[in-house]
Amino acid sequence: MILDYIPIFLVLIFSAIIGGAIVFSSKLFGPYSPNKIKQLSYESGKDPVGTTHERISVKYYLVAMLFIIFDIEVIYVYPWAVQFKTLFGEHGLFAFIPMLIFLIVLELGFLYIFVKGGLKWD
Amino acid sequence: MNIELILFIILATIAAVTSILVITRSNAVISAVFLVLNFFALAGLYLLLNAQFISVVQIIVYAGAIMVLFLFVIMLLRTDGEPRIFSDKRYIKYFALLISIFVFIQVSYLLLIGSPSKSVTGNQSASINSGTIETIGKELYTNYIIPFEVAGFLLLAATIGAIILAKKKFE
Amino acid sequence: MPFSNQEYLHLLPFIIIGVGIVFSVVIELITKKSREILPWFSILLFFSTALYSIYTIHNKYILFNGMIQVGGKAAIFNFIFNFAALLITMSSIGYLKKYGSNFGEYYILIQSAVLGMMVMAGSKDILMIFLGLELMSICFYVLAGLNRKKHSANEASLKYFLLGAFATGFVVYGIALIYGVTATTKIDILIQNFSAQSSNIIFVTGLILFIIGFSFKIAAFPFHMWVPDVYQGSATTVTGIMSTAGKAAAFSVLIITLTAVYTVNSPNIFSPYFAAIATLSMLFGSIVALTQDNLKRMLAYSSISHAGYMAIGLTASNSYSISGIIFYLAAYTFMNIGAFSIISIIEGENDSRTNIQNITGLNASKPMLAAFMSLFMFALAGIPPLAGFFGKYYVFIGAIKSGFTWLAIIGVFSSVISVYFYLRVVVFMYFKNPTEDINTDTSTFSYSAVIISGAMVLLLGLMPDLLLNLILSVVNW
Repeated sequence: MILDYIPIFLVLIFSAIIGGAIVFSSKLFGPYSPNKIKQLSYESGKDPVGTTHERISVKYYLVAMLFIIFDIEVIYVYPWAVQFKTLFGEHGLFAFIPMLIFLIVLELGFLYIFVKGGLKWD
Repeated sequence: MNIELILFIILATIAAVTSILVITRSNAVISAVFLVLNFFALAGLYLLLNAQFISVVQIIVYAGAIMVLFLFVIMLLRTDGEPRIFSDKRYIKYFALLISIFVFIQVSYLLLIGSPSKSVTGNQSASINSGTIETIGKELYTNYIIPFEVAGFLLLAATIGAIILAKKKFE
Repeated sequence: MPFSNQEYLHLLPFIIIGVGIVFSVVIELITKKSREILPWFSILLFFSTALYSIYTIHNKYILFNGMIQVGGKAAIFNFIFNFAALLITMSSIGYLKKYGSNFGEYYILIQSAVLGMMVMAGSKDILMIFLGLELMSICFYVLAGLNRKKHSANEASLKYFLLGAFATGFVVYGIALIYGVTATTKIDILIQNFSAQSSNIIFVTGLILFIIGFSFKIAAFPFHMWVPDVYQGSATTVTGIMSTAGKAAAFSVLIITLTAVYTVNSPNIFSPYFAAIATLSMLFGSIVALTQDNLKRMLAYSSISHAGYMAIGLTASNSYSISGIIFYLAAYTFMNIGAFSIISIIEGENDSRTNIQNITGLNASKPMLAAFMSLFMFALAGIPPLAGFFGKYYVFIGAIKSGFTWLAIIGVFSSVISVYFYLRVVVFMYFKNPTEDINTDTSTFSYSAVIISGAMVLLLGLMPDLLLNLILSVVNW
């Protein structure tokens, strides 16, 4: 039964091969004449100065945090959506109400973020 | 040797090696990249255990969202100027080594002496079905409805907590 | 329809708090005055849930395919959690203004934490225990670091988060091993197969890891490192609920999972472990507290030693000692919240005035506060006609019944040591001349929290049978 996954593996392998081939072939066939200025990191035409490990703002952390929370929410909705027809056939509205409560609770959190300015980038 | 055993050995080796690399690299970003590889190997192991849905979730949530958070946190902190914990205290190193050897002996003892589950029936078709998204959907929204709602409140509390700690204006 | 309407009805305490959280968020969203409305709304919620739980204590049901239980022990724990949250909400109203973070969200997080504790105490499935633990812990991590401007609060939050996450790791690893051996997460099935499985080393290792994870949460000795800093750095009211209801929630889980040990006739294989942590916590907490000058830090070490006394009950693990633990938890909740409420009244801005020198001669300026503080200190020390004495007494009697007389003797010895630092507070308040002017401008609600806790300490001390008989009647369920 692990053999059922062979098509997926083939897709992964082919995409890896094609991606690698594109990168490699541009190196192979393209002209390549390095000098000091070309090898510099690109920083909008200026000479790059300072560390590459710049400290970034805490705002990014907030975005990542909220992304995880809503990512997990979607993970919960997905099996429900797949199974909804069967559940609705067996339990009627009781297949619907728990998910409604879950979504109300979570969308309230989303509304909270929105009202408190969590999505503003100031 | 069947194909599953070979795949298991490959994936388990990748998982073990990358997790050692994660804790030994001095550059935190490189550690994080090895952690992504580790997550992918674990996703493969879940697939071998017929936990298809968990395998996909592992990639979407862990290798995707959580790694993004890790990288942001690493970039938020300036790690290069940090003093290294083990640099001047040699005895801590030996103590840590001692403890890890002790834990290793314990775990190997467990693996050699302990007996696996008696309840696992070896019914392969049932096992294949139990990991599918359909079965999970059926169980989660009937028998496990209460944990599911509690998880909703957990996520709400986490949302509010994140906003308070990072965004709330002080008057 | 998978479950009957009746089942949803029995879930009422959880539904009250859950709907309360939803409405609190709505209030927070639609009005700017949430910080004035939400405390009263929370008090209403906690009061009704506490009352309902204690009223329906004998309606025992296991609901939703053995996922959650209501009534019995869970009802008593729900009562403790909600009463603790009620008192803390009352003393927060005035305190948060001083503390500089008077947010409406504070009350939402307290409500969520209480929901998590109720889920923990009522769980019949290890998954529920884990979810409840996470819900409670996440709220506490945020509450500990509520004021971002204070370094001490940041330190407390981060330390609590890192060590708490580490402890949760132990719990999850334990759950994985337990599930791996038994292929179930249902606690009832685990208890039925307990005797058969207790020879399986993987199962026992899983349970030990699970118990170690919760030993962090009850703040027992080898896992106590976070306690002093977190209790000192967090807001005083947050420390109040963390040290009482949080500890009670962790103990409720230990009691639920170890039910097998004292209902089914199998030897208590975890006795040596609990005996060790009990002895170490009692002595360590009492001895280190002797040298503490900061009141919050002193109460943190005293909290470690109280965890030790309660762990004696888990060592003995007969139904009498388990009832003793539950009684002790209720008594400890009232004494400790009372003491922390008084500290929150005395405390000035920026964490000032929390040292023992700051309450010198309190009797001269605030005789009522001094009297109540002495009451709580005497109760915590275990002086006879107060609640703390009977908590210790029942636990020790339970230990002697199971043949752990030596442990009871160590407990008495440690109590004698602890009298010194509790009485030191009383000596400072009554027998020394005031060095500075203590002006307390906290609202009257903090005083009413102190008075209610004081009344409960006296009530449980004068009529301990009232609660103990109730606990004994439901302890085996």
